[in-house]
Amino acid sequence: MSELNLTDVAKTYGSVDVLKNINLDIETGELIVFVGPSGCGKSTLLRMIAGLEKISGGTLEIEGQVMNDVPPAQRGIAMVFQSYALYPHMTVRENMAFALKIAKMPTDEVDAAVDRAARILQLDPFLDRLPKALSGGQRQRVAIGRAIVRDPKVYLFDEPLSNLDAALRVATRIEIARLKEAMPDSTMIYVTHDQVEAMTLASRIVVLADKGIAQVGTPLELYETPDNEFVAQFIGSPSMNLLSGVITQTGETTIVKLDSGGTAVSRVATDASDAGKQVNIGVRPEDFQPADRDPILEGIVDFTEALGEVTLLYFAAEDGADTVVAKLPGVQRNMRGQTVAVTAEPDKVHLFHQGISMRK
Amino acid sequence: MHPAFQGLLTIAIGVSGCVGYFYFSNQFLDKVLFPARGPNAGRNINRANIIRPWLFLFPALAALGLYLAYPVVETLRLSLTDRVPGGGYTWVGLDNYIQMAREPKFWEAMRNNMFWLIIVPAMSTAFGLLVAQLTDRIRWGNIAKSLIFMPMAISFVGASVIWKLVYDTRPAEQDQIGMLNALYLFFGGSDPQTWLTIPFWNSFLLMIVLVWIQTGFAMVILSAALRGIPEETIEAAILDGANPFQIFFKIKVPQIKTTILVVWTTITITVLKVFDIVFAMTNGQWETQVLANYMYDKLFRANDWGVGSASAMVIMLLVAPILVWNVRNARKEME
Repeated sequence: MSELNLTDVAKTYGSVDVLKNINLDIETGELIVFVGPSGCGKSTLLRMIAGLEKISGGTLEIEGQVMNDVPPAQRGIAMVFQSYALYPHMTVRENMAFALKIAKMPTDEVDAAVDRAARILQLDPFLDRLPKALSGGQRQRVAIGRAIVRDPKVYLFDEPLSNLDAALRVATRIEIARLKEAMPDSTMIYVTHDQVEAMTLASRIVVLADKGIAQVGTPLELYETPDNEFVAQFIGSPSMNLLSGVITQTGETTIVKLDSGGTAVSRVATDASDAGKQVNIGVRPEDFQPADRDPILEGIVDFTEALGEVTLLYFAAEDGADTVVAKLPGVQRNMRGQTVAVTAEPDKVHLFHQGISMRK
Repeated sequence: MHPAFQGLLTIAIGVSGCVGYFYFSNQFLDKVLFPARGPNAGRNINRANIIRPWLFLFPALAALGLYLAYPVVETLRLSLTDRVPGGGYTWVGLDNYIQMAREPKFWEAMRNNMFWLIIVPAMSTAFGLLVAQLTDRIRWGNIAKSLIFMPMAISFVGASVIWKLVYDTRPAEQDQIGMLNALYLFFGGSDPQTWLTIPFWNSFLLMIVLVWIQTGFAMVILSAALRGIPEETIEAAILDGANPFQIFFKIKVPQIKTTILVVWTTITITVLKVFDIVFAMTNGQWETQVLANYMYDKLFRANDWGVGSASAMVIMLLVAPILVWNVRNARKEME
């Protein structure tokens, strides 16, 4: 059963559209990640679901019930903030118990709920401490604990890891993944700008761009079959190379003559009517491999970055074109200044016409 | 000489005197006393640097000593002596204090001061907090705040004159220019009241003047403190189901507790020293006496330096602990 539905949801500030035409069904037990560039409205959308921002248009339903004008506390959601938002004057126990006390739950039930959450998150030794006596990771766990005690239908996470240092971020990410596994029936919505978090945690990713949803899909769907150039370039690092060209042969496999001189073969099928169309081919840096003949690209390596496990080659950009990046496995020595030819398997070559994927 | 010119001249002399003092005293230290040359150059530089802070501190220490420390000692001495007619003085021990303790006026002043002490800081802080909270989210809030802050810019005597007009009484057959009487009659009061002569309640009418002044102060400090509360904690409380009152009392107020205490104690100290308002409005008549005005009465009206100084010591003893506590709190908040 679907847990949360967004239908034509929109947000405007005065006459400025921030979000429009947001349609999304979230199933029970999913972990949905909102990603997008900064300012794309992903946090705004989360806050609209939470009830902290007014919904300007469309409907939000949770378990079939319209929630547009329901106060935040009665929506069955709990939110974990980026800055933790712990109450600084309350101990860890009081922080976690606050919502239940407000709801006038009997004391023994409150204690039981707090103790259970503390056990899950290993917060038992810190229950009587004030937040300022905790480390960043512990504070984040308290913030999560505060959400758990309320036993919500939907958990909302607003960039919960971005205030932690790199090592702790990885550890906490795994903790959140474990927590999700321990609570298979809980639905989570998670906002991040970090695509590693998105790829590793999400059951489905929602890419937001240009006031709307660019694509929804599992992490690998977005990686393997992006619907448009934005998603193609947003998911994956370094981002997908786009090279412009003209379709010279259509059919089961399509051949594109590139403006830079190379030839690309793509497994994306095209109709005869597509011939001569101006298109962009997309190739991920990691899909490039050295070519003996018919290269997609032949160019001088302008710069290299050796990461050990892989080596990044940056090709000298022609006027106005984006720098093309290839990621070759292992250590590649003395590539700088060399002329290198690269190609890619036909089923790794994406085709975009006017920004939209030609895959059917 | 034109007074404006005199003023300018005073400023010029004062400022150049300060600059001159710092310049020449440092020159003397570096060039004459411990010159940075010769066989002991290194040692001299170190010594000069040990002395230098005291050069800068000296004017302030001297002024504080002369105008603060010395008067305290002198007041203590005066409170333990009596003047002998024709010159000189005699030590009388605690006689002045005993005499003061036997005067009903002193206990009236003590009692009134206690009322002032409880009511004015409480009301000023409460109103200040209320105004700070209520004006935070409305568009004309800043205008409201400026208006409420304005009494801070008026001297206590000026404020007293304004409020004397509010409490003014005219004979029954005339129009009332006092707002309180005008309202009183409008709402069905029979005769205009001489408000400031009604014992017990008149003290509260005087307190309103100080509350009116101090609310602005409390509001400005508390408004800044309220803005310093992280917005997310409030949003978290909204999500936790807290209503606006619970958010205010359980989330906001506890987070600015130290600021509230500092505001409270600062106003308390002002209250303990309150003099001008009582002096200008009732002069301590009709049971409105307070300690500072009592002291003034004794010192400068009755010319009883002994009892006057004794009451001054009482005020100081009452203020000192609050002052120490206040400074400690303010320091703790800065950490």
